Amino acid sequence: MSMLASYLTLAAVLFCIGLYGVLTKRNAVVVLLSIELMLNAVNLNLIAFSRYGIAPSLKGQVFALFSMTVAAAEAAVGIAVLIALYRNRATVNVDEFDELRR
Amino acid sequence: MATVFSQYAWLVPAFPLAAFAVLTAMGRQQNRTGGWIATIASLASFVVALLILIERMSGNADDYNGSFDWLRVGGTQLTAGYEVTNLTSLMMAIVTFVSLLVNLYSIGYMKGDDRAAVFFAYVSLFVSSMLGLTLSDNLLIMYVCWELVGVCSFLLIGFWFQKPEARAAAKKAFIVTRIGDLGLLIAILLLFWYMPGHALDFSSLHNVFGTQSGLISTSLTTLIALLIFLGAAGKSGQFPLHVWLPDAMEGPTPISALIHAATMVAAGVFLVVRTFDIFAAAPAAMDTVAIVGAFTAIFAATIGLAQNDIKRVLAFSTVSQLGYMMLALGVGSTTAAMFHLFTHAFFKALLFLAAGSVIHAVHTQDIREMGGLGRRMKTTAWTFGIGALALSGIPPLSGFWSKDAILGAALDDRPWLFVVGAVAAFFTALYMARLFLLVFAGKPRGSAEAYAHAKESPAVMTVPLVVLAVLAVAAGFVMTPFQDWLGPWLSGGGEKEDANGVAIVVSIVVSLLGIGLGWLIYGGRGAVRPDVVSSRLPWLARLLERKYYVDELYDLLFVKSLGRLGQGLRFFDEVVVDGAVRLAGSAVSALGRANTRLQNGQVQTYGLVAIIAAVILVLAIAGRRFW
Repeated sequence: MSMLASYLTLAAVLFCIGLYGVLTKRNAVVVLLSIELMLNAVNLNLIAFSRYGIAPSLKGQVFALFSMTVAAAEAAVGIAVLIALYRNRATVNVDEFDELRR
Repeated sequence: MATVFSQYAWLVPAFPLAAFAVLTAMGRQQNRTGGWIATIASLASFVVALLILIERMSGNADDYNGSFDWLRVGGTQLTAGYEVTNLTSLMMAIVTFVSLLVNLYSIGYMKGDDRAAVFFAYVSLFVSSMLGLTLSDNLLIMYVCWELVGVCSFLLIGFWFQKPEARAAAKKAFIVTRIGDLGLLIAILLLFWYMPGHALDFSSLHNVFGTQSGLISTSLTTLIALLIFLGAAGKSGQFPLHVWLPDAMEGPTPISALIHAATMVAAGVFLVVRTFDIFAAAPAAMDTVAIVGAFTAIFAATIGLAQNDIKRVLAFSTVSQLGYMMLALGVGSTTAAMFHLFTHAFFKALLFLAAGSVIHAVHTQDIREMGGLGRRMKTTAWTFGIGALALSGIPPLSGFWSKDAILGAALDDRPWLFVVGAVAAFFTALYMARLFLLVFAGKPRGSAEAYAHAKESPAVMTVPLVVLAVLAVAAGFVMTPFQDWLGPWLSGGGEKEDANGVAIVVSIVVSLLGIGLGWLIYGGRGAVRPDVVSSRLPWLARLLERKYYVDELYDLLFVKSLGRLGQGLRFFDEVVVDGAVRLAGSAVSALGRANTRLQNGQVQTYGLVAIIAAVILVLAIAGRRFW
């Protein structure tokens, strides 16, 4: 059990670092990186449970693989959106993307 | 005798109403032809009214009543209808005749005014509502027309609304007559409440108050009569509600003639005549009417002595003459009152139209700047002179007979009122002599240029004057002490005005005295200097000139205090009511402004808020375990 607890602690630390980055960083690229960090923390959780959980199985690792695939696609879309934004506004500063206000 | 024409009496008010509708629909394109449309409509009305009058004079025609159900509210039924009696047919003839002449005259007087069509539309509505008032067979319809008359007078007095005085006069007329109207409305409501079957028609009133007296208690009858009289006093310019009538001179002069002779002020007298049974059942109310009438007669006559505006002198003379009519009603002689209304309509319309002709010629209303106009305007001077003599009560002109009938009735009933009336007749003769001599005789006192330009008015204006002058001479012969035709006809027989030698002699003597004194003072011989009173008793002259300071008193008592009350209410409204509203509004918008700070468009902020909320939620759910 102590193994599971240390994995989960690591995942929680990673998640919190990612969350902090998402909420505070102004550079959109760093925000995307932080999102990857949060996703990987989740992946770590999935794998930890698949190995040390109450009913260990391969399902967790399969989910982790799926999640990585989705994350890759998400990163591609995110970067594409960022490039489009940069071309339009010549900035990647998230503070300046406040169109929702209007 | 069949009532052929009486059935069509509804046509009489319908013609001017149609003219009003046409003129209103056509608008200002009708500035040239509008006068003729209105004149033709009033001519048609006059013809019908005359046919009805002739029909009623030629035999004992029955009263014709055409009414229909108007409204049914619960179990109560309101009828509307018209009634043709000798009284109404006479009144209709007067109104239509004067309005016809006024319309004709106005074509000349209002020529070139760019709102002439509007003017004639208002006049038509005015005449129509007055005729409706005359014809109506119950108090409710009468009240509707009564208010219409009030509105029209407001519109016409304020016709030249560019002048601030005209605006003020129109408002004053409306507000002062409203006070009276309120009394009439309360009286009608009381009658509606207490009359058996909620009947408001005049025949029911006659039955209840005239024949089955006792059905309604005397005190209530007195109250109702006094309230009706309040309404009549407002319209007929009786003291203390007379203040609007002289100010109403701000309107066009033909309107003054119409208001003073036929439509507006006659309505009050007519109302009292129509509801006379109620008054007759309430002696206290009769006393009030008589005393108010007599007081108004002498009060206004003295003011008339000191006015310098030609129309104002005539206005106060109207107030005074209406006082006579009320006096006659108060001493119980409806016949004398209607007779004076009848003759007064002719000579007062004549005087006003002649005054309008003078004003038209010299463009001033101040008699101190006139004088010597008799040589330039022969027709006007002659006709004005006839009107003045008729008003002064010189036999055998019409005013003499009617005034004599009133004085005779007063002498029979209350001799001291006869004395008041006789003194007022003296003043009447004096101020008319003064007016005539200052305007038409002597040397011109105004600018020579104005005098040189003064010329006789066009025929469309002088023809009505001549017609009215003839009638002012002849109208009196329908009821002389020697041959009383009007009295029995009007009151349905029985009542006979006694020829009263004392009244006749006194009436002639005071009139001649008044004219003689006027001649001595203003005749130019210098026998008595014009400032004989003002130099010795300046306060008296000033008191008269300022109309006994009644306007100032009202201003102090009512206008100022009500204005202050209004200001207080406005302050309350602006600070307290509006303040509360503004507070509610600004509180909401402040809340909104605070919320927009959250809505800043920064996704990261939203995320932070969401996470803080989630953390709080988790803590709350988790924390519950430990409670």
